[in-house]
Amino acid sequence: MKAEGKVFKYGDNVDTDVIIPARYLNTPDMKELAKHCMEDIDSSFAAAVKEGDIMVAGKNFGCGSSREHAPASIKAAGVSCVIASTFARIFYRNALNIGLPILECPEAAAAIEAGDTVSVDFETGVIVDLATGAKFRAEPFPPFMQDLIAAGGLGAYMSRRAAE
Amino acid sequence: MAMTMTQKILAAHAGKREVHAGELVMAKLDLVLGNDITTPVAIGEFPKFGRESVFDKEKIALVPDHFAPNKDIKAATQCATMRCFAKAQGIKNYFEVGHDCGVEHALLPEKGLVTAGDCIIGADSHTCTYGAVGAFSTGVGSTDMACGMATGETWFRVPSAIKVTVNGKFRPNVSGKDLILHLIGLIGVDGARYQSLEFAGEGIAELTMDDRFTIANMAIEAGAKNGIFPVDARTLDYLKAHGAKEPVVYAADEDAKYEREVVIDLCELEPTVAFPHLPENTKKIGEIGEIKIDQVVIGSCTNGRIGDMRIAAAIMKGKKVHPDVRCIVIPATQRVWLESMREGLLEIFAEAGCVVSTPTCGPCLGGYMGILAKGEKCVATTNRNFVGRMGHVESEIYLASPAVAAASAIAGKIAAPEEVK
Repeated sequence: MKAEGKVFKYGDNVDTDVIIPARYLNTPDMKELAKHCMEDIDSSFAAAVKEGDIMVAGKNFGCGSSREHAPASIKAAGVSCVIASTFARIFYRNALNIGLPILECPEAAAAIEAGDTVSVDFETGVIVDLATGAKFRAEPFPPFMQDLIAAGGLGAYMSRRAAE
Repeated sequence: MAMTMTQKILAAHAGKREVHAGELVMAKLDLVLGNDITTPVAIGEFPKFGRESVFDKEKIALVPDHFAPNKDIKAATQCATMRCFAKAQGIKNYFEVGHDCGVEHALLPEKGLVTAGDCIIGADSHTCTYGAVGAFSTGVGSTDMACGMATGETWFRVPSAIKVTVNGKFRPNVSGKDLILHLIGLIGVDGARYQSLEFAGEGIAELTMDDRFTIANMAIEAGAKNGIFPVDARTLDYLKAHGAKEPVVYAADEDAKYEREVVIDLCELEPTVAFPHLPENTKKIGEIGEIKIDQVVIGSCTNGRIGDMRIAAAIMKGKKVHPDVRCIVIPATQRVWLESMREGLLEIFAEAGCVVSTPTCGPCLGGYMGILAKGEKCVATTNRNFVGRMGHVESEIYLASPAVAAASAIAGKIAAPEEVK
């Protein structure tokens, strides 16, 4: 599986309150929530993002509230992958569970600039910044998480496990 | 192999004699929690797990608290979705507004639903609160909640730990909130990322259960997977008094491995305030210049318990809230509200010029009941001061203890409790 898209870049400690402000959480409709994604730190994101685009950020991305609406609204906005130096624990778990590809790669997160076009190969973890030609390698997922992703998320994984 | 307290609880729930940090385990769950924001998403995911009914009607707790009493039509619809699911599934622990209601993490311990040795997940990041009673308890998302409701188990990566050794005694007007803000300031908002915060030391005997709830509650604000306290006589008394099921007491091995140790001397702590826009931006009260404020919020799953109400009322008794300040007091549960009324605390608040609300998360996450306008500043006993958390992106939240919040409401600026005596 591969992704290629234009980069939206953010800093450290991007919290789930700015990814999707709680004032919009009176609906579970992720398409609706995508219209407000990143609104409190980047009011132009929702209008500018295109299907397949990539988000790049610093450390502790997705800290704070456990709201699954955060990765789900990023996914519903069309983002194909989030690359960060590190992810907050609950966001990491939620992203895997709902099938939003995420990669931890501090070198890529530091070097890639906003507006660059980047390609990502999820099987090898190779990230290429097509604007500069720079190549990075992210940590691959542990086997259990690869199984979870291959099954299509936690629901399918647990159903299959129960059947075995 | 030596294990931490958290690792022992996870091993027991995974049916293993031992586990090590980094290992992935499937663990059985004693309780699965959700609220009116996260549960509707979990209900949508529930059918994907291939089960028609929940794994155990008594081991699920559903709490309408974030936007309840319903703040608008959409919020009402979300609460209705949760209520219908609870009825259809016969879920025993559904807590209706007014009847038995409250902010989830204040409510569940009060109802005796959490006990020492439990393994608990909740679709709310502050689920780590129950580490106060010696449970392993952590926040997850809605899909994990659906998994827990359907199967009674979920996966965990076994965490390593930071040992937080607490010594000495608090000085007057210093409490658990000051300790946890100090700790977050010390290690940062990702200082304990993926790790447990395991508290230890003779100073723990000094901490009230309310202090411990406040401290464990904000473990997530240091990025921790959980925060956990050893079980002592005070814990056991609390559990017994609240009719909790039989505790199973685990203790960390003496030679358990920790990533690092942080030592905190209680007598060195001062009232501490976290400045916008991260909980790690802490300052001691003496280092703060004059910061005029527009609003004070006293409540939430962090500091809305009866001990917090008593502290705030003792400072406000016979005084008036500064004319430029709106002070909103929110007892966290119906029981706290009733106790506050019987003890005369609600009258003290009202006479001082506070508004007293029914239990709700309300303003803490910028839902309703005290939203901030552009440029406004608020001192809050809540847990997060992120950009836009309580309203306009250009508003500011200063996190503090109930004592500092009450004193600030009177002074009209961030103030030490001693300043308004």
